[in-house]
Amino acid sequence: MPKVLDNIQIGPANWKMTVETPKLVRKARAGQFVIIRVNEQGERVPMSIGGLNKEKGQLTIIYQVVGKTSALMTTVPAGGEILDCVGPLGVPSHVEKWGTACLVGGGIGIAPIYPIAQAYKEAGNKVITILGARSKDILFYEAEHRAIADELHVCTDDGSYGHHGFVSDVLKKILDDGVKIGMIMAIGPVPMMKVVSELTRSYNVPTWVSLNPLMIDGTGMCGGCRVSLKGETKFACVDGPDFDGHQVDFDLLTKRLRAYGDQERQAMHRFLADPGCKLAESVKNFSYPN
Amino acid sequence: MVKKLDKKERMKIERQKMPQQEPQVRVKNFNEVPFGLSEEQALIEAARCLECKNQPCVAGCPVEVDIPAFIDLILQKDYAAAARKIKETNSLPAVCGRVCPQEDQCELKCIVAKGKTKKPVAIGFLERFVADYERYHNLVTLPDIAPPTGRKVAIVGSGPAGLTVAGDLIKLGHAVTVFEALHKPGGVLVYGIPEFRLPKAIVKAECDFMAQMGVKFENSTVIGKTDTIDELFEMGYDAVFIGTGAGLPNFMKIPGENLIGIYSSNEYLTRSNLMRAFDFPTYDTPIIHGKNVAVLGGGNTAMDSVRTALRLGAENAYIVYRRSEKEMPARIEEIHHAREEGVQFHLLTTPIKYYGDENGKVKQMECLKMDLGEPDASGRRRPVPIEGSNFIMDVDLVVVAIGNSSNPLVQKTTPGLEVNKWGNIIVDEATMRTSRKGVYAGGDIVTGGATVILAAGGGKVAAKAMHKYLMEEVKK
Repeated sequence: MPKVLDNIQIGPANWKMTVETPKLVRKARAGQFVIIRVNEQGERVPMSIGGLNKEKGQLTIIYQVVGKTSALMTTVPAGGEILDCVGPLGVPSHVEKWGTACLVGGGIGIAPIYPIAQAYKEAGNKVITILGARSKDILFYEAEHRAIADELHVCTDDGSYGHHGFVSDVLKKILDDGVKIGMIMAIGPVPMMKVVSELTRSYNVPTWVSLNPLMIDGTGMCGGCRVSLKGETKFACVDGPDFDGHQVDFDLLTKRLRAYGDQERQAMHRFLADPGCKLAESVKNFSYPN
Repeated sequence: MVKKLDKKERMKIERQKMPQQEPQVRVKNFNEVPFGLSEEQALIEAARCLECKNQPCVAGCPVEVDIPAFIDLILQKDYAAAARKIKETNSLPAVCGRVCPQEDQCELKCIVAKGKTKKPVAIGFLERFVADYERYHNLVTLPDIAPPTGRKVAIVGSGPAGLTVAGDLIKLGHAVTVFEALHKPGGVLVYGIPEFRLPKAIVKAECDFMAQMGVKFENSTVIGKTDTIDELFEMGYDAVFIGTGAGLPNFMKIPGENLIGIYSSNEYLTRSNLMRAFDFPTYDTPIIHGKNVAVLGGGNTAMDSVRTALRLGAENAYIVYRRSEKEMPARIEEIHHAREEGVQFHLLTTPIKYYGDENGKVKQMECLKMDLGEPDASGRRRPVPIEGSNFIMDVDLVVVAIGNSSNPLVQKTTPGLEVNKWGNIIVDEATMRTSRKGVYAGGDIVTGGATVILAAGGGKVAAKAMHKYLMEEVKK
């Protein structure tokens, strides 16, 4: 069973878990993901890889507490274990020397773009990175990204840090300034990936996104993660998770992500009401989306 | 020892009825439907066997279980020995006794059916009886294991094909490791077949038995991602068996198929069976409970899906199948169970489009009625749409159980592994050897979606050839 080396809170709803799984890590590349299970009754959940330490055989997962399983993840102590961690899954991010490449990370997306930025840099690209979060206390990995990016832009929706505005505002300005970008990789909440893709369409810049549909097996056997690209159905777990943002049906993805809203709420209420619930107070009191 | 009757008397004994849960009770639970024969029933049923010299039943069995011999051991009341006799050729009797289509195999050949009762010996019920008896009474013993050969075998996939190869090769003294992508071994036995037809405790017991014999299981390991087949050879394995199954769901590719509430049968059953979503919220994985459920298809998977939907609270559970009942590939027993439980059959019907609500959830399915024309490549009459016969069905859950194709993961990452146009691995039928030296394959990845016992049969052929290859061509 994979060992959890540490599991710390890095924001009001964001946590960072380091998992020791040498064979998987040696194989893994930027853009891939893993599927984990915390306990026997638990769901199989996909988690983007937010960092890879090949020498130590460790990977980093940055996760947001949005429901029962992510809340349950916070209760795994440093030195503890999770039941399974399978991977590396998905097709690794395509990396090429384009000249200048741009990473756009929104919210929790700031984590998976980190190993991708490293890969773009290692391929000889000039790297422009734009990080965005709702407010300063949700921001993370700024120092890590600053160490790689040739140009780093940070923005918050509420103006509490950096540029006051959205990542798409910053990107639009860069594009309007005439900067020649060979590839844009945008990862974040679905509305953000949709807005960025819409923006870059008229500028004709290739834009790839990493999709996050619900998943079960992760190996292409069930079709639960199916997404639509200009009417063609693909499985995010084996054809993705990266896809051409200009072809993705984001509205379909948004709807499909809401398939189990009722059961998710039920599971969360039950978990919070359980007297044996070992959640930290900071997690219990956080207000969950919907 | 039961006194043996003469042949005429034996042929007058009626076939024993399998005691089972009543339909209105069992649609509310996931417990096994059949209870299993009692010892008394087993002895009466075993007495019906005529001990035919030419053993037609054995020829009907894909793995050639010595049926008359195990039945004779039942009559001697040595049930554990009967189970051991079966295990000489079939490592999974508790599974096969439950899921084999005996009516198309051993029981089809049984001569007793030609007699007064018109019913063959219930070989399947008897196989199940002895396997369950052995397990329940803790009489399971390990077979003799040959001395270590120093050869290492990697088996990709822990379904019936892989488990059969594992069981055969471990006994011959080879070191065997089974790599399974999911977190529990068993393959389709654990994710595909529901609890009410094959309890998972039995699958676990069979895998534990393998482990006790020395088979190593590495779960949550995806060959093709975590390691490739070439890497397995680099790691020191001398031969590889690929039993990865038909794990690529077929969809109909009709408009609206990505609406919420339309599942492949793989997803629906994996949620319910492997992830135990039928027991939500004790288990965290959710599953949609539809009130009006349509399951597309006519095979065992379709029956499993529609009966699962009933147990999850469906008021109306439909089978929608484009041919007639005669062409349905499902076991007659399962179609019968489904009917008893209240499944409604919409035959000669095919969906052409789905409609959803403002939240993207399916609410209706538009269908066409069909007629049967000339036979197609499968030998079954080809369904032909009747123009203008369109009608709408209200549905809030649809399960697409129209078959699976081969999951391409292993093929994509194994250079030189030849596949046919459908993605099935091409093998030499006499040895199950693929185009790669030391690499063998069997089960659904070779045949396309079929049965547990056919996979086991392919596994047996492969194991025999692999043993020969390991001993003659791998120097140690």
